[in-house]
Amino acid sequence: MFHIYCPHCAEHREEEEFHPKGQAHIARPMDPEACSDEEWGDYLFFRDNPRGIHHELWVHAVGCRKFFNITRNTVSYEILETYKVGEQPTITAESLSQDKKMTADGVTVADGGLQTEGESDSAVNTSKEAKV
Amino acid sequence: MTRHTQQPNRLARGGRVDRSRTLNFTFNGKRYQGHAGDTLASALLANGVDIVNRSFKYSRPRGIVAAGAEEPNALVQLGSTEAAQVPNVRATQQALFDGLTAQSTNGWPNVQRDVMSLVGKLGGRFMPPGFYYKTFMAPASLWMTYEKYIRKGAGLGRSPMERDPDSYDHLHQHCDLLVIGAGPAGLAAALTAAHGGARVILCDEQEEMGGSLLDSRELLDHQPASQWAGRVVEELAGLDNVTLLPRTTANGYHDHHFVTLHERRTEHLGETAPRVDGYRPARSRMHRVRAGQVLLTTGALERPLVYAGNDVPGNLVAGAVSTYIRRYGVVPGNQLVLSTSNDHAYRAALDWIDAGREVVAIVDARRNPDGELVEQARARGIRVITGSAVLEAQGSSRVSGARVATIDAKAFKVTGQAEILACDTIASSGGYSPVIHLASHTGARPAWDDEILGFVPSLVAGVYAAGSARGIHDLAEGLADGSAAAARALAALGRSAGAIELPQVAARREGAASALYQVPHEKPTLRAPKQFVDLQNDVTAAGIELATREGFESIEHVKRYTAMGFGTDQGKLGNINGMAIAARCLGKSIPEVGTTVFRPNYTPVTFGAIAGRHCRELFEPERYTAMHQWHVEHGAEFEEVGQWKRPWYFPQKRRAENGEQRMETMDEAVARECLAVREAVGILDASTLGKIDIQGPDAREFLGRVYTNKWAKLAPGRVRYGLMCKDDGMVMDDGTTSCLAENHFLMTTSTGGAAAVLEWLEIWHQTEWPELDVYFTSVTDHWATMTVTGPEARKLLAEITDIDLDRESFKFMDWREGQVAGVPARVFRISFTGELAYEINVQANYAMHVWKTLFAHGEKYDLTPYGTETMHVLRAEKGFIIAGQDTDGSVTPEDLGMHWAIGYDKPNSWIGKRALTRSDTKRSDRKQMVGLKPKDPKVVLEEGAQIVLDPSHAIPMPMVGHVTSSYYSPTLESGFALAVVKGGHQKMGDTVYLPMVDGQVHEAEIVSPIFLDPKGERQNV
Repeated sequence: MFHIYCPHCAEHREEEEFHPKGQAHIARPMDPEACSDEEWGDYLFFRDNPRGIHHELWVHAVGCRKFFNITRNTVSYEILETYKVGEQPTITAESLSQDKKMTADGVTVADGGLQTEGESDSAVNTSKEAKV
Repeated sequence: MTRHTQQPNRLARGGRVDRSRTLNFTFNGKRYQGHAGDTLASALLANGVDIVNRSFKYSRPRGIVAAGAEEPNALVQLGSTEAAQVPNVRATQQALFDGLTAQSTNGWPNVQRDVMSLVGKLGGRFMPPGFYYKTFMAPASLWMTYEKYIRKGAGLGRSPMERDPDSYDHLHQHCDLLVIGAGPAGLAAALTAAHGGARVILCDEQEEMGGSLLDSRELLDHQPASQWAGRVVEELAGLDNVTLLPRTTANGYHDHHFVTLHERRTEHLGETAPRVDGYRPARSRMHRVRAGQVLLTTGALERPLVYAGNDVPGNLVAGAVSTYIRRYGVVPGNQLVLSTSNDHAYRAALDWIDAGREVVAIVDARRNPDGELVEQARARGIRVITGSAVLEAQGSSRVSGARVATIDAKAFKVTGQAEILACDTIASSGGYSPVIHLASHTGARPAWDDEILGFVPSLVAGVYAAGSARGIHDLAEGLADGSAAAARALAALGRSAGAIELPQVAARREGAASALYQVPHEKPTLRAPKQFVDLQNDVTAAGIELATREGFESIEHVKRYTAMGFGTDQGKLGNINGMAIAARCLGKSIPEVGTTVFRPNYTPVTFGAIAGRHCRELFEPERYTAMHQWHVEHGAEFEEVGQWKRPWYFPQKRRAENGEQRMETMDEAVARECLAVREAVGILDASTLGKIDIQGPDAREFLGRVYTNKWAKLAPGRVRYGLMCKDDGMVMDDGTTSCLAENHFLMTTSTGGAAAVLEWLEIWHQTEWPELDVYFTSVTDHWATMTVTGPEARKLLAEITDIDLDRESFKFMDWREGQVAGVPARVFRISFTGELAYEINVQANYAMHVWKTLFAHGEKYDLTPYGTETMHVLRAEKGFIIAGQDTDGSVTPEDLGMHWAIGYDKPNSWIGKRALTRSDTKRSDRKQMVGLKPKDPKVVLEEGAQIVLDPSHAIPMPMVGHVTSSYYSPTLESGFALAVVKGGHQKMGDTVYLPMVDGQVHEAEIVSPIFLDPKGERQNV
């Protein structure tokens, strides 16, 4: 069960308080009438399903009722950052591939938010390596 | 040493049992005695009970093998009464209590004489993996019959058929550091963290905290290790920042340091929780812990060696022998042969000889063992046979001897002549496997460590392992490792650890262990007597070899084919051995073969603990309206609508022809309620309809974007019906919205859709149109709603309101504010029945008063309460849809024939508009809503029934639609239905057919969905 930092409440809360609402940053076309059927269909139905970094829209359903975004690793379930609607993620698949060190050391996030304590692939150590 | 006559294997002294307290128990119908501090397993061994079960597949007699959670054989059914039945309890983990009643889980008709053992003896050699499926495959129709008997023979325990008398709790916990396992490393860690001021939870699955220290031969600070453990536990118990949870198993590690702990609070006291002050305390608790950091000090499990006949009762893992002797004062046999590949297991032989019994020999796979324990054993006069192993255990219901020979483990060959040693017990040790289950739950793959010949856990950030759990088996090192790990975990939280003084441990020189898993036999594995790998699932070395020969190369496939590590066992004893055998057969190394995934739960958790208090009346919240008590008192039958309890209908007493009183049937009640509304006046509690208060300068603009119709000109005091689509153009919900003031609206939604609609409004406002100044508040619970409807509605309401009800000044689709029954009210002239109707909204706290006042005045008008069923009939007669019943997410407003509610010329591209101009939504053969009138008026069509045009068409018939709502109308004196039919709008007057399951074919005419008063005159009187 996730421990999710709500950027509006500024607290970590249990996943039970939240609902996932699908992929984030799906903007409704400004002029729907100008869209072809295919473009409209893309907007309505087609979503990414990446292995790795994904940006998701969530709502603090039984909390503040506010929507916000989560950057999540779909493999490790690590939540790398949460940020408000209208903001852009500081962590993306591209930014991570450019700077692999980031997840090992923890990351900074948008607008002063905290990321959920998590675990990325690169943060996994075998216990014997850590032997003292 | 002397023996107790009743407990032949009980030592006169030693161990942690209280010999002054004797406990009676029953196993398989026979009465025995044990002592306080015993487990069921130690008490059975004390009484010399060899056979505790029959094996799952081959039905072979089985005895106790281990002393903890890893026990594969001693699964029992607990309980003396039906309600107290608990299946598949490991006898090694069940504390003995007076009156305990247990039975073997497997064995039909009994464990001593088991008819299924014939299968094991005769068929055994010919029962490879997949045997049942391969053998009983044809004919397929008989599989169910075979399965019934195979299952009866195999047995898997059974659930109680009566209600559980116990209750269970859920607790939500937070801590800085969760330490799992209270052995040496765990105790040192908890103490270190606690002295640093951190909030610590320390849990341990055993009856007593201390882990291996409780049966250790080592001295800590020159005293028995158990004394140090006792002192530390006592100190921790006295600290406010420490929560100690004994008898508590950490069963699952979930995301983000969320760990579920199952605490058994009364299972050591009785089969149901004993009453305290008349109440039963919770039998167990599920702690849902969100930890800052997690430390796994879960220890290691000893691996038995895999040799022929290693499942005959009397074969144990070496460490269990020490545990039974040193912790329980029970020695499980008379003459011991120990087969080992490491120094540590020598403890078993030393403990055995200390208990005054004979050690026949220690058989060591190593050529030149020279550790301190080896020297001690030799000094005690024990014969040590080197470079050798036990190839085969002899005996059937109890070990009678061990065949021993020199072996070449690397070449997997027996190199010498076998010698037979007479004995009744064989203890074996192939090394120690760290308990990596919880670490595996995180998804991190364990890594093989050649130095310790085991997998060590891979750890995600924030999780640590210490001591044996990561292969550090030395006591002094393990203590230090636990303390250091706690310090690292606290440092990660920005805290510092406390300084503690670790106890002194005498250094001990230990020789290196050798790798031995499956012991070679003179015969090849496939022909040798059975060598068991997974005793619980009856998986043999030959079975694994066969699986690899049949092409199963992935360890995950081998697991599924053979069932190795399945079920409650989760591979605790056998998995590493199985992997080693698969690796040998495939010519790979163990790390190349890899390990299978361990899943929660570590040990089985009773459903009661998982459910907690969320059962029966507390399973889901129930929502009541303000008038609920009145409905109850007036005999309403209730319908569940979401979480709401709504009156379904109000059955009344009526006099039957023979003069006796009886209750109305539902059909009779609904017919009476329907006619009352059509002919006089009825009243409905409509409080459950969703109500959303919408305010803000842009509220009107927002409504125009989320509804399909127009809102620009709705004046204060007016009400409008609105239809809501998703952006794919499909109808989502409907309801009325009233203009309360220029910037203030009240939206109503369907009862079930209230929460979803509010979230829908919010998501559009927050993510797409944040520039709109508008606010949404749910006021469903704040306002109670009662619908007064029927020709007499105006007269009734006029008696108790100051609102001018004149039909010209208070028109249909108007709303007015005023007093009703002396309290402030909003009255809406809207109608879901087609009759004159007023929906009275008052603050919920006033509602019962208003409702009763209406009835006080309503008697002379024959005011009749009606429920949801009558509401459905009345609305369907008018062709009013219910979103979610007459629509299913594939129906557009056009399909419903509601062109009048679509504002194609609105200035904005409202939600759903673009999709309504797609070619697919413009098709003329879409399923469209129509009415259906059965040719036989007595027929009420089945909701969901499929509609065809040609009932003589060959099957499969082309289906052109289905019935969405269907009722009997007392007004029409006929059945009638709403349906969707392909191109239905152009098929008025056509005949369609509805073939039913029972072979009947109903005939119906397609008609307008408005069956009554198509011009809407009745609601406008």
